[in-house]
Amino acid sequence: MAAGLTRQRRKLADNDGVLAWAFLAPSVVYILALVGLPFILAIAFSFSDVTGGDPTFDWVGFANFSAIFDDPVFWASLRNTFVFTVISMVLIVIFGKILANILIADFRGKWVVRFLVLLPWTTPVALSSIAWLWLLDSVFSPIDYVLRALGLIENNVYWLGQPGLAIGSVIAVHVWRLVPLAAVIMLAGMLAIPKDVQEQAAVDGAGFWRRMFEVTIPLTAPVIAIAALFGAIFTFTDMTVVQVLTRGGPNNETQVLTSWAYFRGIEGSDIGQGAAIALFLFPLLLAAAIAILRAVRRMEVS
Amino acid sequence: MAVVEVRNLHKHFGAGKVHAIDGIDLSTEEGEYLVLLGPSGCGKTTLLRTIAGLEEPTEGDVLIAGQVVTGLPPRARKIAMVFQSYALYPHKSVLANIVFPLRASGMERGPRDERARWAAGLLDIEHLMDRKPRELSGGERQRVALARALVREPTVFLLDEPLSNLDAKLRTSARDELKRFQEEIGTTTIYVTHDQTEAMGLGDRIAVMSDGKIRQIGPPVEVYDDPADTFVATFIGSPPMNLVTRGSTFVGFRPEHLLPVEIVSGERVTMTLDVQRMEYLSGDRHVYGEVTIGDAPSRVIARLPATVTTPIAAGEKHDFAVPAAKLRFFDVETGLRSEPVRLGS
Repeated sequence: MAAGLTRQRRKLADNDGVLAWAFLAPSVVYILALVGLPFILAIAFSFSDVTGGDPTFDWVGFANFSAIFDDPVFWASLRNTFVFTVISMVLIVIFGKILANILIADFRGKWVVRFLVLLPWTTPVALSSIAWLWLLDSVFSPIDYVLRALGLIENNVYWLGQPGLAIGSVIAVHVWRLVPLAAVIMLAGMLAIPKDVQEQAAVDGAGFWRRMFEVTIPLTAPVIAIAALFGAIFTFTDMTVVQVLTRGGPNNETQVLTSWAYFRGIEGSDIGQGAAIALFLFPLLLAAAIAILRAVRRMEVS
Repeated sequence: MAVVEVRNLHKHFGAGKVHAIDGIDLSTEEGEYLVLLGPSGCGKTTLLRTIAGLEEPTEGDVLIAGQVVTGLPPRARKIAMVFQSYALYPHKSVLANIVFPLRASGMERGPRDERARWAAGLLDIEHLMDRKPRELSGGERQRVALARALVREPTVFLLDEPLSNLDAKLRTSARDELKRFQEEIGTTTIYVTHDQTEAMGLGDRIAVMSDGKIRQIGPPVEVYDDPADTFVATFIGSPPMNLVTRGSTFVGFRPEHLLPVEIVSGERVTMTLDVQRMEYLSGDRHVYGEVTIGDAPSRVIARLPATVTTPIAAGEKHDFAVPAAKLRFFDVETGLRSEPVRLGS
């Protein structure tokens, strides 16, 4: 017996330290290659005169920054980015919460409904944006068709051609795309609340709204915060919706930082300026990441 | 008038496959402490939840203060419930927890704080009012849960194993406090437990449940001394009642009534105990062995108090006796109490 035990050798797989590194290594390489390196390049490019036609690196100091600061489109993009993000985030949280409340109810076929609800999130953004492009078409829009049939409008609406409507359309597509994700995150949070506490509130005489605002929402606040931040980050960093629907138009009214950096840096070939514009995404993303980590920490503590 | 009454109550789960409650009629008296006692899965918690309105009965009615409340939501029933976990609102302070039911009923701030202070005073937790539940000990949490149940002056308290989360030492003192507390308040209480010590100690009446049915309901003495069937006889008492087969009858007697023959005077039934094992537990001697009254030997336990000093050792045969008045008889087939049988000695 004792001899049998000593013959058992310590294998590599028993060594937690080696295993930890082995499992972490792919993601570390991935992050360094696809996030870390491009980020350093972006900082370097933003202080250079690199263009599509002349990739040699020459230091130009803050010339790119002063150039973009003088450009009103940059300020419009910055403002739009924040406006789109804040409005989308608020709507995503409200609709996500409502949807989560519907999904948590016990009804026949709720698994089918949960699956269908998740579809907008699982569809690639480019595909769903193209679908929306058709839905919002100025001539063939089925939305217009329905509204006309209902007698609500007489002529077709230029969803993507008028400034206010274009902004609304972009926000609506963001919300449509991200509400399911937020709903599922919040649903998971609601399922994690002890059932006792909900039942206690019911016995204590609290009605639906009181239970919702005094028990469910405070107890799921960290999860709601995470859903909100995910919504914000995905809206903030997305350029596909704007790119496909409006290409920043009309007249740069829907231009955001990501799309403007792309137009300047890639299509306009001024890589230095594009990088400088894109760098403005960084501070807010950093703040959002810190906020997410703090929310997660709060969940672990409580 | 009965404070709580259930009539022909049935509750089925899983498309009628599981009968959690299988035809229960029960009514409480004013100010009574009624304990629902039974092993886990016997339906006692489901019965309590059905009374609270957290479960809809499949069949039958629940009446509170003479009114049928079967279809009503919990908040319309004027009940208070304390869950096993205490279910305190973790994000609210103790004070906010206690006033929650009052705020839900729309009471003004002044009177509501006054009532909260009154309840906190009664349970001796005034100094904890600003704390959060996570900063409280198990015993303190239980008091907060009780205070929250108390403030609304409910018609009935429903308590679901409120002591099971406390450690053994605290449980005894908490049990004592619960009893005094209820006597002071005088509110009808229905208390669910699987612990017979709690049931015997707290209950004015005990309803012993198994398989969704009430086997016996009565004061602790009656349930202990005159069990209605073999389930109650063996579920209550530690060690449980001895059951010795004699033909189509179980002869039952409590371990503390099986004593060395010289101790038992008056009319008695003697039997020879083949001693196999002894345990010495908190002053008592528990003697494990076999006796034969009818045809086959049956395992029995005798509990000898410290005052009985007869020397007994494992491996010996010893004459024991049971006072005739302490014998109980059960039908082997049904398990129910049957007519006394004349025993040969």
